[in-house]
Amino acid sequence: MINKVVTDAEEALVDVIDGMTLMLGGFGLCGIPENCINELVKKGVSSLTCISNNAGVDDFGIGLLLQQRQVKKMIASYVGENAEFERQLLSGELEVELIPQGTLATRCLAAGYGMPAIFTPAGVGTEVAEGKEVRNFGGKDYLLEMAFEADFALVKAWRGDTAGNLIYRQTARNFNPVMAMAGKVTVAEVEELVPAGTLNPDHIHTPGIYVHRIFQGANYEKRIEQRTVRKYEGLDVTKAEDYAG
Amino acid sequence: MLDKDGIARRIAKEIKDGYYVNLGIGIPTLVANYIPEDTHVVLQSENGLLGMGPFPYEGEEDSDLINAGKQTITMLPGSAVFDSAMSFGMIRAQKVDLTILGAMEVSEYGDIANWKIPGKLVKGMGGAMDLVASAKNIIVAMQQVSKSGDSKLLRNCTLPLTGIRCIRKVVTEMAVFEIDIENGGFQLIERAPGVSVNEIRNATAGRFSAADNVPEMQLGG
Repeated sequence: MINKVVTDAEEALVDVIDGMTLMLGGFGLCGIPENCINELVKKGVSSLTCISNNAGVDDFGIGLLLQQRQVKKMIASYVGENAEFERQLLSGELEVELIPQGTLATRCLAAGYGMPAIFTPAGVGTEVAEGKEVRNFGGKDYLLEMAFEADFALVKAWRGDTAGNLIYRQTARNFNPVMAMAGKVTVAEVEELVPAGTLNPDHIHTPGIYVHRIFQGANYEKRIEQRTVRKYEGLDVTKAEDYAG
Repeated sequence: MLDKDGIARRIAKEIKDGYYVNLGIGIPTLVANYIPEDTHVVLQSENGLLGMGPFPYEGEEDSDLINAGKQTITMLPGSAVFDSAMSFGMIRAQKVDLTILGAMEVSEYGDIANWKIPGKLVKGMGGAMDLVASAKNIIVAMQQVSKSGDSKLLRNCTLPLTGIRCIRKVVTEMAVFEIDIENGGFQLIERAPGVSVNEIRNATAGRFSAADNVPEMQLGG
């Protein structure tokens, strides 16, 4: 059996070079591949195209790559929590493609399912539709959206085994499974790496066939972006922003 | 005039027992506070959860468990977790019964703008474009009049669009409207307590219509 286990992020990302397209799992700061991001920063690779739902915050997640000007192009659905991102975007230093979240997820899914493209109604009649083929099915318009192509997919799981099988935990799952399926090379970092045969096959979220390299990450911060708590029965939504989304 | 909680209380009345509901960020999030106890609903969080519960008690926050607004949350009994593609799959396939979201502008043909102010705000659309393009039952919660006094219920949206011909119901600080997507127009259904039809008409820039006797709204919660 091919050995998929590597020591750490440095070994996992040894052949990542300037100009590559990378997918990074996570939603906000939840379920992001922290070890891989730190290694990319250390490695200093540049002119990257990053596909990720969000762009981190100024000092964590993909925000660390933006600070070092390592990202040429960002493909994301929502980037609201990052001032440096907004500055680079408005100044034209950073190329940005904002796409609907469901389109982002499904273009990953298509890649992992071996389908070249999908049709989705998201964005019909908006600037997202510019230059795209529109087809009408049953009286409703849909946009043709292409499957992503990524040199590397970097994902984070809760538990993984030496065969590359992955299990995610709670909403840290998010984009990780669909991105894991979509990379030419998929690197999985896990909180706990166990011998093959330990995990219940019925509980696997990502079959190891999609995973090329796996390692047990270290020093997870797992930062919380919006710490909201209740002090009494019922919801306390005092932190809800007047944002429409 | 209603405050944000008032808008949320009115919208809560639209929620029926057994609904699967997606709540957007902002006023829509507040709606969860006013769902009657005997109305059982399942809240969908687009980052991959059905069964979203209230915020955790202090010290019980879990960084692996957040909602679409990146807030720490809890899961109620019967919850299910899934990936982002499935999350938007169930939205696209119209499995979600009700979607409540905010807006910056709505047009008389049901177009909505809520994701971008050119040159000023470039946060992105998140899941809003997917939701408005697919959901069968959408309620928009919004301020009818901007801080500078301009109506946000327009003939045509001026901001970049999120979706076209998709909004049929709007709840504002002043009123509840139904939108005639086919012919264009805001039809006044209910008035906020103490607000006159004329005041509402003057705060509506798009085509406006009202029956002879428009009732005051009843607030839930």
